[in-house]
Amino acid sequence: MTQVMLNALVVGTTYALIALGITIIFSIMKVVNFAHGQLYMIGGFVVYYFNVVFGLPFWFGLVMSFLIVGLLGVAMELFLFRPVMLRVKREEVTMLLAMGTAVFLESLALIVFGEKQRGVPPIATGVIEVFDARLPTGRIVVIVVAAMLIAALMAFIGYTKTGRALRAMAQDREATALQGVNLKWLSAMGFGLGTGLAGLSGGLLVAIFAVHTGAGTAISIKAFLMIMIGGAGVLSGAILGGFVLGFLESVGYALLPGSLTFLIIFLIVICFLIVRPNGIMGKPWG
Amino acid sequence: MILRQQRQSALRRVLILGTATGALVFGSSAYAEETLKIGALGVMSGPFAGWGGVMCQTFKSRAGMWNDDGGVAIGDKTYKIEVVCVDDKGDPKGAQTGAEKLVSEGVKYIQGPNTDSTAESAKTVMEANGTVNMPYAFSKSLYKAPASQSILGMVASYQVGPVIYKWLMDNKGVKKIAFVSENNADPIKQRDEGSAGAKALGLEVVSDQETYESGTTDFFPILTKVIGTSPDHIVLSGVSPSDVGPLIKAARELGFTGTMSTETGQDPKAIYEVAGDASNGFIAAGGASTEAIRSDFMVKFIERYTKDWGEWNDVAGLYVYGPEIMIQTLQSAGPKAIEDTNVFKAALDGFVGKNPFLKDGGELKYVGRTDYGQPRQVSVPIVVQQVENGEYKPLFVGKLPD
Repeated sequence: MTQVMLNALVVGTTYALIALGITIIFSIMKVVNFAHGQLYMIGGFVVYYFNVVFGLPFWFGLVMSFLIVGLLGVAMELFLFRPVMLRVKREEVTMLLAMGTAVFLESLALIVFGEKQRGVPPIATGVIEVFDARLPTGRIVVIVVAAMLIAALMAFIGYTKTGRALRAMAQDREATALQGVNLKWLSAMGFGLGTGLAGLSGGLLVAIFAVHTGAGTAISIKAFLMIMIGGAGVLSGAILGGFVLGFLESVGYALLPGSLTFLIIFLIVICFLIVRPNGIMGKPWG
Repeated sequence: MILRQQRQSALRRVLILGTATGALVFGSSAYAEETLKIGALGVMSGPFAGWGGVMCQTFKSRAGMWNDDGGVAIGDKTYKIEVVCVDDKGDPKGAQTGAEKLVSEGVKYIQGPNTDSTAESAKTVMEANGTVNMPYAFSKSLYKAPASQSILGMVASYQVGPVIYKWLMDNKGVKKIAFVSENNADPIKQRDEGSAGAKALGLEVVSDQETYESGTTDFFPILTKVIGTSPDHIVLSGVSPSDVGPLIKAARELGFTGTMSTETGQDPKAIYEVAGDASNGFIAAGGASTEAIRSDFMVKFIERYTKDWGEWNDVAGLYVYGPEIMIQTLQSAGPKAIEDTNVFKAALDGFVGKNPFLKDGGELKYVGRTDYGQPRQVSVPIVVQQVENGEYKPLFVGKLPD
């Protein structure tokens, strides 16, 4: 059982990191970014190219994954979502736009990166035994870094001027604008922060998993599932949703036949959303 | 005067038209270039892109080699090969519409699809339109009568699985075996067939019900349970190219020290890149591109593929058998077979071609009479190999039953 709990901790931490980016974008733009998984995938490839192809340190690649995918997000907001949202008020249009972007990015990635799965050399070697369970040191490093990134993001949102402006914009755009906040800049920055986090999580997790061009869709679905559980648009909700899904997945695989695990997870989520449609933490930053 | 000008103008027009028509007729006969359009239908995106995408690239590279040599002679004409690739996205509906698209373009020969569900779906189009296809799917109903249009392009999992398990029993002392697969129809079917084969050999199957969802990133949870049953060997049934490396890595990190294998085609470099030294010893059935057994022609093909697509993929060493035998059979059956696949099918029984990919040469023919009751399988050699530092080292090479 120790192994199952350790598995839940690792899966939960990685899921929480994945879910943060999608929830930030949802909170400030009210856009469910279905291209989140594809941006995660691109982050993985950025690290792969910097680390394996160009021979640069993994950590440099990780920073670049945040910057490159973040800038890609800024471009998406400026040239795709903003013009569309200015003209159309129907929410499903942005959803379709995100889905179209996902398909486009995945197809482009297949052409650019090829069909092979990619991985990077281990960032740490060895395995630590905890009671009867095994925890590779690479995973420990990833959990620690992921936890630090989550804490840094929470601090940024909670205690910086920009972070407070983002929260204010998520609650009431008009009131925020009346305070002299440049919403155009803030929207692009918030979108870039969300996608940058997707890139960062893809870049970090390629160290312990792998990445391939078809990885995005499943990540998007799980990220969406996590923010629905935790409460869409709430940072703590995304973290909680990540841990809940990670726990359900790990314990489910341990106790149930594999084919039933996700069936039951989805059943639990459906029942839960009937009772609490806004997720565990409720409405966005409100 | 006006009349004369009109006559001269008319004469000029006739001369120009005549010259142009003559040039066109002469030109078309002097530079006539027949094109033979062949399809590749498979999963070319998503986690399984390592199968269909590579299949398409393989056919295009081989076609490029033929075309660079002037084309393929069938009867008294020479044909340039044009490959039309259609991505079915691993979706049965996509396979059906993809097959219809290719048929509507006049394609009579298709390589693919890559999975049971897509091949079964495309089968109705193939049978109804008399189109020959070469799936990489193991469902026997595709190849058994009354079906007649599909030819299995590789060694089926139920053919190679027991061969690997027997080798493991004899050489590695394997007694207990576990199967793990993705929660999808094709891998589950392969798992069930593998499990039945293992039981028939007298192995103790300690786990054969554990599955993971498509898109799983962390395999620790599922493998914790499988490894908990203490198997000597784990089979990754029908594993997609994107999952094989992470599965091996996770199993080793969880302390599994036994052997592991799969029956599907995989690229050793990609596995090694993800799993590192943990991948050493991983057993897979594959093509014929390993250094120890490949011919100079296979080396040329590898160079061509690498030039075209930037990087070699070992799965291409398997897929290249498809275009090769297809074209060799068309050459043997004659030009009528280009339009009439019945002529092609009639030639299957007695066809014996040359295998250009193996160092020791050998025959290229159609087998499958034992398993399917008719010659509907390409005689790809059974090459069982293991990963060693990103390369395949052949363990043994076998032959398919006739």
